[in-house]
Amino acid sequence: MSNVDAAEGTAAQLSGRAGRGPVARRSPHRAIRGWRAFIWVIPGLLLIAVFVYYPLLKNIYLSFFQWSVFQPTPKFVGGVNYAQAAADPIFWRSLFNNVAYAVVSLVFQVVGALALAALVETYVRRYGGILRAIYFIPSAISLTVAGLLFYFIYQPQTGLLNEFLRILGLGQFAQAWVGQESTAIWGIIVMSQWQSFGYTTLLYSVAIQRIPRELYDAADIDGVGPLGRIWHITTPLVREMSTLLIIVTVTGAFQVFNEVMVMTAGGPNNSSQVLGTWLYHAGFINNEFGYAAAIATVVFLITTLLAVGQLWVSRRRRVEW
Amino acid sequence: MVAAHTNQAVSKGGFAAILARLLIWGILLVVALLVIIPLLWMLMSSLKVNQQFLSDPFGLPGTLFWQNYVDAWNLGVGRYMVNSVIVTLVSIIATTLISAWAAFGLTKLKIPFSRTVLFLIVGGMMLAPTVALIPLLGLLQSLGIYDSLLGLIILYTAFRIPFTTFLIRSYMVDLPGEVDEATLLDGCSRAQQFWRVTLPMSMPIIVSAVILQCLFAWNEYLFAFIFVSSTDTMTLPVGLANLASKLSTNYPMIFAGMTVASTPMIVFFFAAQRFFVRGLAEGVGK
Repeated sequence: MSNVDAAEGTAAQLSGRAGRGPVARRSPHRAIRGWRAFIWVIPGLLLIAVFVYYPLLKNIYLSFFQWSVFQPTPKFVGGVNYAQAAADPIFWRSLFNNVAYAVVSLVFQVVGALALAALVETYVRRYGGILRAIYFIPSAISLTVAGLLFYFIYQPQTGLLNEFLRILGLGQFAQAWVGQESTAIWGIIVMSQWQSFGYTTLLYSVAIQRIPRELYDAADIDGVGPLGRIWHITTPLVREMSTLLIIVTVTGAFQVFNEVMVMTAGGPNNSSQVLGTWLYHAGFINNEFGYAAAIATVVFLITTLLAVGQLWVSRRRRVEW
Repeated sequence: MVAAHTNQAVSKGGFAAILARLLIWGILLVVALLVIIPLLWMLMSSLKVNQQFLSDPFGLPGTLFWQNYVDAWNLGVGRYMVNSVIVTLVSIIATTLISAWAAFGLTKLKIPFSRTVLFLIVGGMMLAPTVALIPLLGLLQSLGIYDSLLGLIILYTAFRIPFTTFLIRSYMVDLPGEVDEATLLDGCSRAQQFWRVTLPMSMPIIVSAVILQCLFAWNEYLFAFIFVSSTDTMTLPVGLANLASKLSTNYPMIFAGMTVASTPMIVFFFAAQRFFVRGLAEGVGK
């Protein structure tokens, strides 16, 4: 009610119809109060402006310059940093590793998690909560701990994985999983699946529990088996969650940093670099800040496109539920 | 006749169903073991003497060597733990309050250009932290908060306000408006309305926001790795990785540090599971 009054008051002022007694007298007060209400959003806006938007814009700007500790004044170089990226095999290697991360994560954290959640929710009555909780534990511990743990698990002599292979009689496959170029990134990716699948499984469980029971009862009457129910009822009805998780998972795959730094720091011989670690390397180790800013801008473009999709989908989800 | 038919169906389906059930339980238990075994190995190894770990990495520890925990704590884990607690607690309070204020302003008050403000705040959600690293380094240095807990707290707050505001706002929008009118008729100020009515009514979503911020701040690595350089200022994720590279020969002590770092969140999760699950479900837009 009062909002409408304020709006009318302002409109009246703007259109010069100030002669209407009570409205005219009240409106300046209301207008000031509107601006005074701004103090509620100012702390948030200020922090975001200074620490999120300003660095982002400055990064795009800086990606067209070159400077370093030895040459502190940035020099405009146009698209040179982007040309450097296009000609840099390690940039492409990093991009490939990010894509591999995204693809494997989709298989385990979306498809696998959906299958797992559907099995738990369909077949497990009593211990479902315990299973879901166990699956979630790795997501509660930090990526640093999970990364270090798997670094030790992958050790050639004292590691759990090779010992397990020896017990199974597969000792010839034992190797230095994160110590050699051919397997390093895959070892990291496997660790990441271990760390994250329980999180998406839990989210799928929540989504499945929201499906009305009657649908399953109807399927029972029609003689549809449990696997048929999973395929014909569960999967289509959690589609909104699936779309959301696909985007979250893929966006996350392009922001990988922590686990790579902890497990291999991008090595051996840059074989496990991802865009995040390679831009860190370019800026903070090779002292090429302009090049690092250019890689960051590429990450920005990729993740923003994906995140716009995410916002769009979550808006749609709100309408449906 | 009907009964016999049904019986047959049940017994036929019964055998296949039991087989399927066994197979499915097998899968579910194997996955559970894949989660638990590495964690148990971490716990077991943290209680061994180093020689014992090196000669027999997979056996049970003989006598429990708790000294690893004492040593890890004294070698820095204690310090990192204190830093992590400070950063996590302060950033939780700052993020939740500032976001709740913004959500209150956007939903309960008539703010000029409110749609633009909403767009600016929520749009921040789309920006990956990696993208801001290079300019942030210069910014933090010129503000004198490079290598300080305050710097981390500010970053953890600023980068989480967009999402947290989005989360709280979507809840406050649905709060009934009659209560607000009643409050204002009672002569409450806007501040009183926020603290006594809107904030208490939004408690479920505030709890979710707190849990999500807690998980984020406790485990955050990127900013803590790049914007902190001295060991006195490190938080657990970075300090632990640093310790591991320095002590690469004393495995059990590193395992002890890892166990110490993980326990609070695991306990927190099991203690507040119901709230956790709801918080995560609401926070999937992360």
